[in-house]
Amino acid sequence: MGEILLMKGNEALAEAIIRAGVDGYFGYPITPQSEVMEYLAAAKPEERTGMVLLQAESELAAINMLYGAGATGKKAITSSSSPGISLMQEGISYIAGAEIPVVVVNVVRGGPGLGTIQPAQSDYFQATKGGGHGDYHLLVLAPNSVQEMSDFVPLAFDLAFKYRNPVMILSDGLIGQMMEKVELFEPIPRWTDEYIREHHGNWATIGKTPDRERNIITSLDLVPERMEKHNMHLKEKYEQMEREEVRFEEIQTEDAEYLFVAYGSSSRIAMKAIKLARAEGIKVGLLRPITLYPFPKKRLRELADQVKGMLSVELSLGQMVEDVKLSVECRIPVEHYGRVGGMIPTPEEVVEALKTKIINR
Amino acid sequence: MNEEIIIAGFGGQGVLSLGKILAYSGIMEDLEVSWFPSYGPEMRGGTANVTVILSNERISSPVLNVYDTAIVFNQQSLDKFEPKVKPGGLLLYDPNGITRHPERKDIDIYQIDATKEGAALGSTKVLNMVALGAYLKLKPIVKLENVHKGLLKSLPERHHHLIPLNEKAIGVGMEKVKLIHKAEHVNAK
Amino acid sequence: MAKSKVIPHHDVPLDQIIKPENIIFKKTKLFTDNVLSYCPGCGHGVAHRLILEVIEEMGIADKVIGIAPVGCSVLAYEFMDLDMQEAAHGRAPALATGIKRTNPDKFVFSYQGDGDLAAIGTAETIHAANRGENITVIFINNGIYGMTGGQMAPTTLEGMKTSTTPYGRDPRQMGHPIKITELVAQLPGTCYVTRQAVHTAALVRKAKKAIRRAFEYQKANKGLSFVEIVSNCNSGWKMTPVQAIKWLEENMLPYYPLGDLKDVGLD
Repeated sequence: MGEILLMKGNEALAEAIIRAGVDGYFGYPITPQSEVMEYLAAAKPEERTGMVLLQAESELAAINMLYGAGATGKKAITSSSSPGISLMQEGISYIAGAEIPVVVVNVVRGGPGLGTIQPAQSDYFQATKGGGHGDYHLLVLAPNSVQEMSDFVPLAFDLAFKYRNPVMILSDGLIGQMMEKVELFEPIPRWTDEYIREHHGNWATIGKTPDRERNIITSLDLVPERMEKHNMHLKEKYEQMEREEVRFEEIQTEDAEYLFVAYGSSSRIAMKAIKLARAEGIKVGLLRPITLYPFPKKRLRELADQVKGMLSVELSLGQMVEDVKLSVECRIPVEHYGRVGGMIPTPEEVVEALKTKIINR
Repeated sequence: MNEEIIIAGFGGQGVLSLGKILAYSGIMEDLEVSWFPSYGPEMRGGTANVTVILSNERISSPVLNVYDTAIVFNQQSLDKFEPKVKPGGLLLYDPNGITRHPERKDIDIYQIDATKEGAALGSTKVLNMVALGAYLKLKPIVKLENVHKGLLKSLPERHHHLIPLNEKAIGVGMEKVKLIHKAEHVNAK
Repeated sequence: MAKSKVIPHHDVPLDQIIKPENIIFKKTKLFTDNVLSYCPGCGHGVAHRLILEVIEEMGIADKVIGIAPVGCSVLAYEFMDLDMQEAAHGRAPALATGIKRTNPDKFVFSYQGDGDLAAIGTAETIHAANRGENITVIFINNGIYGMTGGQMAPTTLEGMKTSTTPYGRDPRQMGHPIKITELVAQLPGTCYVTRQAVHTAALVRKAKKAIRRAFEYQKANKGLSFVEIVSNCNSGWKMTPVQAIKWLEENMLPYYPLGDLKDVGLD
């Protein structure tokens, strides 16, 4: 059992970055995730593991630093919040196209525009449907606790390198700013150059040796036949993710007649709403997607044969609800309930919405 | 055991650190804990509040609408959170600067003159610990030895020499807490 | 190569011509066999060659990671037999930072045009230079956007006609041609900042020395080394190669004078 501490989500993330054997963190300050870089700066990662910590001149630069470092087979990560993530979209698209394994953390705040510094889940579309230009997907993990802010860092790198694809940890201001108990994992040593050569030497730009062809990292191909082939290759990766990487958690679904679908911070609120509703005799459960892409379509489709209706609870005007609807294929009513602009729905409100939108519709 | 607490006051009154010490004490007691602050510009001189939950079970929502206990240090917070205490719940407040006192009849209301007692101890900074003592006297959900461990964990080492003063403040709070009103119509729960 | 091949209009078989004793000039080993996509008369091919010669001569090819920009040299990685990355427009110095910081024992260079380095990537250029990243930046300045068809660049000269300034660049409207190299030289993070050209044999030799010196600076971990090469774009300038070189000498060089702007010393 590892050390147990009381930490903010952002701090647990930062500590996990050092422990995960990351080679470089590149970022730019933005509320509500500035604690990440502040924690890292105070923790002296250069001394602990040799990890590079660099405050970039912009999010544009930061994401491109990830491009450069990730393309050498090193573990590179950045964290930001919504407006900063928007700035990074160019780089993320290039990274997805060039198949570079990196991890991007979005501690979401309300938008659009400068919006608010308070929590929101209004970047779901951006995270799961692409975000930048071109046909691509990130693999998106949605932590709902401080513990998962820590645990998902090594998981994200495993997945990023398994698929040579950018992975996003989609958190929000609530998970980032709250403190909970966290059990830290044992530090994972940074990869040696030999390890990188052995495992990633067939693609990473680590210096061409005479025994192999040169490695090129690029998203460009001006020959349509080849570019189409590349796109189809990316599609195969996404299909493999859909087969192998769907993760979700179910709470009290065994006897459920109704279902909340909620991820991240709103799943926590839904958990409380279940307690309140069940105290009134309403049999409601929760499906919490842990991977937002790939989305747990199959399980939701199965649950559509069991429950009478689903309520997608989100800190947005209704984004994930579209994926829930696509999953259940109009078999049962699916509705959305959410608060936005930094407002957080109370568990009581969620129960009320279940009654008015689903049970008594 | 599931105790849902809101702590609120001005920034600088040690609201967030009171919550943190309570949460850390909970960890030492082997409880599940959560701590969620108001954050942003309002931290800088305005009102601050933090929701702290201690529980035997996995904690669901870290953000709540109603609370078992409210610990408040200023008028704004009293006005905001008095209506949010569950019937039969506890409202503990510092009368310093309060002009409109709590009026509810269905909750327990206690006063602790934390600002004054803190000053008497030589540091207004420990007013939050005076309030913690008062709270623990009324709801001894964590043992004092675990509060000590919580202080050790949550205070940076350079402040460890202040622990005896903090513990003294807790003692004062336990001693000086004053009943204002005992709840009528408490639900048998 | 097939023995039967003969050069058109000549009766001598190819293998008679390519005998080793006849070789007086050959392709640099680090060039790939891909045909250069640059226009005849363009300076890019020469600049590529100089970089590759320097890398070969220093014996560091297995430690080099190069970065291609967006612009005519977007496909530079097709011609350089090195591990290379292709950057988004203007972001090469950020890529270089990420590579070099996590691989301090590698040699990293970016190869960028004027639009890439001095317009869309100005922030990345200035800040990488200001941080003193131990990288080498090769900056090709031909005063125009070549790849997209001859639009105004930040370095387009006053009065110069381009497809987006058909009546000539008017500084009152479009600002002045930016001397980014002078800006970069101001920054304490740079160790070696120089402006070169490659349109005569003598200048090619000088430019090669400068590129070598830039890589030597990188080897010595002295900070960012920066080599501008003032070049021509005969297609974009709508000139023959010979006219373009003449125009370069008469117009570009007076505004962008050649020589070292900064050389802190290698010792």
